[in-house]
Amino acid sequence: MAEVLVYVDHVDGAVRKPTLELLTLARRIGEPVAVALGNGAGDTAATLAEHGAVKVLTHEAAEYADYLVVPKVDALQAAHEAVSPAAVLVPSSAEGKEIAARLALRIGSGIITDAVDLEAGDEGPVATQSVFAASFTTKSRVSKGTPVITVKPNSAAVEPAPAAGAVEALSVSFSAQATGTKVTGRTPRESTGRPELTEAAIVVSGGRGVNGAENFAIIEALADSLGAAVGASRAAVDAGWYPHTNQVGQTGKSVSPQLYIASGISGAIQHRAGMQTSKTIVAINKDAEAPIFDLVDYGVVGDLFDVVPALTEEIKTRKG
Amino acid sequence: MSLRIVVTVKYVPDATGDRHFADDLTVDRDDVDGLLSELDEYAVEQALQISENSDDDVEITVLTVGPEDAKDALRKALSMGADKAVHVEDDDIHGTDAIGTSLVLAKAIEKAGYDLVISGMASTDGTMGVVPALLAERLGVPQVTLLSEVSVEDGTVKGRRDGDAASENLEASLPAVVSVTDQSGEARYPSFKGIMAAKKKPVESWDLSDLDIEAEEVGLEGAYTTVDNAAERPARTAGTIVKDEGEGGKQLAEFLAGQKFI
Ligand SMILES: Cc1cc2nc3c(=O)[nH]c(=O)nc-3n(C[C@H](O)[C@H](O)[C@H](O)COP(=O)(O)OP(=O)(O)OC[C@H]3O[C@@H](n4cnc5c(N)ncnc54)[C@H](O)[C@@H]3O)c2cc1C
Ligand SMILES: Nc1ncnc2c1ncn2[C@@H]1O[C@H](COP(=O)(O)O)[C@@H](O)[C@H]1O
Repeated sequence: MAEVLVYVDHVDGAVRKPTLELLTLARRIGEPVAVALGNGAGDTAATLAEHGAVKVLTHEAAEYADYLVVPKVDALQAAHEAVSPAAVLVPSSAEGKEIAARLALRIGSGIITDAVDLEAGDEGPVATQSVFAASFTTKSRVSKGTPVITVKPNSAAVEPAPAAGAVEALSVSFSAQATGTKVTGRTPRESTGRPELTEAAIVVSGGRGVNGAENFAIIEALADSLGAAVGASRAAVDAGWYPHTNQVGQTGKSVSPQLYIASGISGAIQHRAGMQTSKTIVAINKDAEAPIFDLVDYGVVGDLFDVVPALTEEIKTRKG
Repeated sequence: MSLRIVVTVKYVPDATGDRHFADDLTVDRDDVDGLLSELDEYAVEQALQISENSDDDVEITVLTVGPEDAKDALRKALSMGADKAVHVEDDDIHGTDAIGTSLVLAKAIEKAGYDLVISGMASTDGTMGVVPALLAERLGVPQVTLLSEVSVEDGTVKGRRDGDAASENLEASLPAVVSVTDQSGEARYPSFKGIMAAKKKPVESWDLSDLDIEAEEVGLEGAYTTVDNAAERPARTAGTIVKDEGEGGKQLAEFLAGQKFI
């Protein structure tokens, strides 16, 4: 059976959920061979094996943290040469897309970004994409070279599928470009204790209607009652009420949770671009004409300062 | 010293308009009003700021690859303050994908001459966010991308990249390819004077033969990807909308419980 390379997104050996989703999709096309790089690469093997990786290619080197993107491209290219896979799958983060694109160019392949689904097809893997702020769905293929495809978080279920997960050291020689862009400092993001925005099953977002940084406590309380991540519209972020890392939309994160709750958000096209593929959408807005109501499964026309705390209370009561 | 900056700008269908596909499954650029991609305005702005903060002689060229109307995007960038423009236009470019676009842009950038390329974070129609990385790969120069802050001094570009897991400070020597995010600072509006001045600024037109690119390398034929199917997403079935008369929170909780979220 053909092998499929899966690029592993991990933090010091802890595999992030989108990579496990990729393993589910990779199994539809062939046998997943994972590529884990940098500090802790070897520690990823057990988790990857549990989720279907037949092999885990690892390489640790300081270059992966000290220089931007290119060392990872060099390594993935080495893995591509070693394995001759049927496809290369990469998580659709900002960095993932850059790595994938440069790899595709080097190996003479086409690239598809931000797939939301993937199936085997007669002429290679078929990727589903959601375009124009999710108003269209397309099916595409890579028609030249080894398909390189980046896949958005929450595009498939994580499924246990025990496999060998044999660890093999990947041999990588870095290119002249590898050390071109130096990382001179790094400030890790502080953990809020809440789920990662792009990976969360439930996202609770606030917009301009929240009207102040301090009022975001109401949104956070609702999120915590549901075990959700917190999102924000660009208007709320630009006002300085919530960090940019939490922005949902075209220039923020694109989310596709089971449940999205928008409070005090009008539903501008650029916001919809980042949340329209959510399974269930709920909105609270005092303007009955707000465009967000065109998307909702359930909407409450009302003041968020009344509705959100009441909802949080009711959820707490029901959960006991 | 002089510093030659090339800013890549794309002409895109207006996101608030009715964007759709043409019969050949390419983005319809005829039927829908277009404009300079808002995200590329940030790139033009940073080029202008680098120029304003520099003791060097800075020349800013704006470059677009696109149909006839894409001139509008160049005019806008010129009226913001760029010095000159290059328009790569050729019927054979229709349907080119990211790999092909990066080829045309890279050849044009080399022909124009550059020390620094500045791109937007993503085009607002394709939203791939890969062209700057592809340009760096093709040009063989450092990629310093997705910056929310950027500065150039003594032949070095520095910037801050706010990633998922960390915020990173980056540094590279020129020549380099930079891309900037919408966090890098609001783009200026063209002044009346700027608009008038733009009318006199040079706009060069190049076609594929000027760049030594064969027609087969680009366009739908040269594309590395094929779109087999594009379907409008079915409208979401109309949801339930209630007016809060004191019970809105409870009613919403009832709905969420019914959907097994509680
Ligand atoms: C290139 C570009 C990229 C962009 N990227 C993004 C992006 O990534 N993400 C994003 O979100 N936006 C983005 N935008 C901005 C977008 O166009 C909108 O301006 C933004 O989404 C508006 O945010 P909002 O809905 O919070 O604010 P508004 O549109 O002002 O809406 C606020 C809503 O709150 C309601 N409200 C007010 N008070 C209350 C109350 N007490 N109770 C209940 N409801 C109340 C109002 O009725 C209104 O509907 C982008 C724009 C551009 C041009
Ligand atoms: N046809 C084009 N002409 C000029 N610049 C482009 C073109 N396509 C993409 N770019 C540049 O590349 C950036 C990223 O585009 P993309 O990878 O398509 O999302 C844009 O913000 C532009 O700066």
